[in-house]
Amino acid sequence: MICNEIRLEPMSVDATTVRRIAHLARIAVTDDDIPHLQGELNAILAFVEELDTVDVTGVEPMTSVTPMALIQREDVVTDGGYPDDIVANAPMTEDHFFMVPKVVE
Amino acid sequence: MTDLTDLTLTEARDGLLSKRFSATELTKAHIAAVEAARSLNAFVLETPEHALDQAAASDARIARGEAGPLEGIPLGVKDLFATKGVRTTACSKILGNFVPSYESTVTSQLWRDGAVMLGKLNNDEFAMGSSNETSAFGPVVNPWRREGSNLQLVPGGSSGGSAAAVAARLCLGATATDTGGSIRQPAAFTGTVGIKPTYGRCSRWGTVAFASSLDQAGPIAKTVRDCAVLLTSMSGHDPKDSTSANVRVPDFAAAVARGVKGLKIGIPKEYRVEGMPAEIADLWQAGQDWLKSEGATIVDITLPHTKYALPAYYIVAPAEASSNLARYDGVRYGLRVPGQNIVEMYEKTRAAGFGPEVRRRIMIGTYVLSAGYYDAYYLRAQKIRTLIKRDFETVFQAGVDAILTPATPSAAFGLAEMQTASPVEMYLNDVFTVTVNMAGLPGIAVPAGKDGQGLPLGLQLIGRPFDEETLFAAGQVIESAAGRFVPPQAWWA
Amino acid sequence: MNAHTRPADPAKLIKGATGDWEIIIGMEIHAQVSSKSKLFSGASTEFGGEPNDHVSLVDAAMPGMLPVINAECVAQAVRSGLGLKAEINLTSVFDRKNYFYPDLPQGYQISQYKSPIVGEGEVIVDMLDGSRFTVGIERLHLEQDAGKSLHDQHPTMSFVDLNRSGVALMEIVSRPDLRSADEAKAYVTKLRTILRYLGTCDGDMEKGSLRADVNVSVRRPGEPLGTRCEIKNVNSIRFIGQAIEYEARRQVDILEDGGVIDQETRLFDAGKGETRSMRSKEEAHDYRYFPDPDLLPLELEEAYVEELKRGLPELPDEKKARFVESFGLSSYDAAVLVAERETADFFEAVVAKSDGGARDGKAVANWVINELFGRLNKEGLAVTASPVSAAQLGAIIDLIGEDVISGKIAKDLFEIVWSEGGDPRQIVEDRGMKQVTDTGAIEQAIDAIIAANPDKVEQVKAKPTMLGWFVGQVMKSTGGKANPQAVNALLKAKLGIE
Repeated sequence: MICNEIRLEPMSVDATTVRRIAHLARIAVTDDDIPHLQGELNAILAFVEELDTVDVTGVEPMTSVTPMALIQREDVVTDGGYPDDIVANAPMTEDHFFMVPKVVE
Repeated sequence: MTDLTDLTLTEARDGLLSKRFSATELTKAHIAAVEAARSLNAFVLETPEHALDQAAASDARIARGEAGPLEGIPLGVKDLFATKGVRTTACSKILGNFVPSYESTVTSQLWRDGAVMLGKLNNDEFAMGSSNETSAFGPVVNPWRREGSNLQLVPGGSSGGSAAAVAARLCLGATATDTGGSIRQPAAFTGTVGIKPTYGRCSRWGTVAFASSLDQAGPIAKTVRDCAVLLTSMSGHDPKDSTSANVRVPDFAAAVARGVKGLKIGIPKEYRVEGMPAEIADLWQAGQDWLKSEGATIVDITLPHTKYALPAYYIVAPAEASSNLARYDGVRYGLRVPGQNIVEMYEKTRAAGFGPEVRRRIMIGTYVLSAGYYDAYYLRAQKIRTLIKRDFETVFQAGVDAILTPATPSAAFGLAEMQTASPVEMYLNDVFTVTVNMAGLPGIAVPAGKDGQGLPLGLQLIGRPFDEETLFAAGQVIESAAGRFVPPQAWWA
Repeated sequence: MNAHTRPADPAKLIKGATGDWEIIIGMEIHAQVSSKSKLFSGASTEFGGEPNDHVSLVDAAMPGMLPVINAECVAQAVRSGLGLKAEINLTSVFDRKNYFYPDLPQGYQISQYKSPIVGEGEVIVDMLDGSRFTVGIERLHLEQDAGKSLHDQHPTMSFVDLNRSGVALMEIVSRPDLRSADEAKAYVTKLRTILRYLGTCDGDMEKGSLRADVNVSVRRPGEPLGTRCEIKNVNSIRFIGQAIEYEARRQVDILEDGGVIDQETRLFDAGKGETRSMRSKEEAHDYRYFPDPDLLPLELEEAYVEELKRGLPELPDEKKARFVESFGLSSYDAAVLVAERETADFFEAVVAKSDGGARDGKAVANWVINELFGRLNKEGLAVTASPVSAAQLGAIIDLIGEDVISGKIAKDLFEIVWSEGGDPRQIVEDRGMKQVTDTGAIEQAIDAIIAANPDKVEQVKAKPTMLGWFVGQVMKSTGGKANPQAVNALLKAKLGIE
């Protein structure tokens, strides 16, 4: 089997990577979480490693599973005008604004 | 009137139209059954008043001779479908008490056709699971038990609530969704019929997304014909979903009695996996025999990339999920855990709101899309998807009308039995079903027999794109030959 | 590659303590697409509105919501691409750019990453000194705008309004072909003009319809490119110039002190006229782009593109060339007139006579640029709000051409039409403003002046430039209505001057 792509690193994640990924995904992890998360992620990565053996030279990646054309809608205002509904489920609002801890730039 | 819950959807519809009983009576019988079956944990929200209002309106329409195709039929709705004014959670803590101001396209079509909503059904959190044990509302119990055992079994997942509710006669049918097998595997585990239609057949608008390129809605019901009736209502082009197919929706029920004479049924050798239990292999053989005796030709086929479908799925699905679930951030709806700053609020909210399986899949998905890994994982998996689809196209071009496989590698397993298993072992439940999602094809699971312990087992039929009709026709042949599978006694009531 | 082949222009170098430095600038312009509804939802794009009023369930990223693309936004992107002489990609793909931010409800922005709708093009920029240069366009793609966070409403909380969330933007990426703040300003001005001609973006920078991310680096002339800093979201042409000048100087100072430039994102502080590091965004970005599975590739037909091409208006470069060619205008005048489509349209409306004929372009350009623009600027009016219509101005110019009034009287007439309106020809008639061409009447006036000023008559014979004094006197005595040519000719004859 031909492997036409070069791996950057061996297919396993270390604790630092687990933390980085968790932060990218905005999921808090504790130090206690790390070992088992690392183990599980590595188990899944080992499971998918089998795909390396497939020759995908010249194969187009799937973009739409059923062949169809992208439908374009007319440029007409058909929606909006219900701010009550938009904020109805919000944890914190004022005057139809969503409120979040202050964002500093 | 308790026997009203024993009726199939089709029988109930006939009874309503011939006025043998009213929609209100039918609904009340099911409401009572739902209340009596709370130990199964199939419903996460019961809406009896809502159901009775709808039933009264149905009775009025029936009286006026304006009955819709599903008039007065009590259904359950998987909690992944947004229901206007009715709490919708995807069985995740992160949605909290989210009450949508909108109705999903699929459910709105059911109500348009006269159906009655009994409540919202349990599922794996965000449909991520194969046993319904990842739900924030706790697991669903399968109404089936092993002969001579009181051990509680899982109903499969992610549409575990849908399958259990139909099997336990709590509703005449249920909506479900299928991303890797989430309709067909629980149907097989509960002796019910479930179909995942062709990708694009049912609108995804208003259904909580798991993996956009794989998710499809479909029904779980007691019979092949009931499934056909429900799917006819659920299907159709929706201009609000860019991936919804603009194709004609046939009257699927009309295809049920079509038979299989002259059809070519393919048997893929790659599905004869190592260590397949003899009873599964026997069931598969029985299915071939039934179809053959009704006039179908059985041919051996090969789908060479089958074994790559599951690993590729576990790249594509988590990748899409990691992005689809980014909207659950505690800003506009659902759970918020306060933090010192916005990042801390996000991280605490998402850590507390998502269960372990969802967190795991988000992390894997984030990883495979991250800088430097996209080509090696996601892009490669999507190329392999092309190869998987090509396998099927080759077979269909060679004249095969449908493909017959087992639905699952085993019968239902015990609650918590897989707790010690690794996530990957759990994923293997989808080994026969996931190829269908990867290729966007229709697949139906039909109960076909029992294992040595008296638990139902199912067979799967895979069809050409938008040819669900052949699946209903062939499914009916299996159902007619194998009979229906109903849990022996209502031990839960 | 322009960046490497364009020779350093000594006039554009900045002086450092240790020698000259060249500034290299590339820009990413975010131009809001002119459309009624958003890129992927039916909510209004109207500016302003009550908080979260122009927001659909899709824009708020409610569970289960899906994008459906707006045909007009696609057409506008293609038109813009054609206006930038760029290649149109018949297949393009929408990708998700994943990051968390409170004004980004989906947790990703739908954008185009690997396959944009528009590929390489160019913009030709004319500078005031008559020089011109070409800026390469790398790409143009469609993407969603974000919502707006307000930070000054509450001591500890930010307020989020999603009215802008999902509005279509075109991101137009230039090559690093710009070499000075002036060039950058001229480029943005020209790009804005093109988009406004096309009607694809209103270019209203005050409303945020056009924002620039400016990439600035410095190098010794002829050396490889230096490390660049990106200055985000600069929202006026003046600020673009200030930000570049500040940033280039900052980088030169660091380099001359032996330091290195950190590649980073910076913010322009308009109050202080400085750029500063955006510390909160310093953490490494990893956007995890992948094709949006809720959408399909966008496929366009060649015929569709051709049809849009046929519907394009004449663009500023072509219009300018035509003005020079057909009307004999100077390049400068033509450039002034085509800077805004409305101005050019006004000019052409003045040139066109109602009988199908044409007025003298040069005369019209003079009047439009000097009199009309001067007056409009003074009052802060747009040409579309001019109190003097094209027809009225045309009539005034005709009256001069027909020798009915003098240029001086014409200016008075212009003032009357400006403040009172009315038919210029009628006004001239009613108020007796016609110039006197009757030689008898002029002769009478001349004779009277000659008779009254014998000393001046003597002087003018020795010094013919004194003739001007006589002309003035004649004009004065005729209330400015005497035809100047006739006055001149008669005076010369009577005074015996050659």
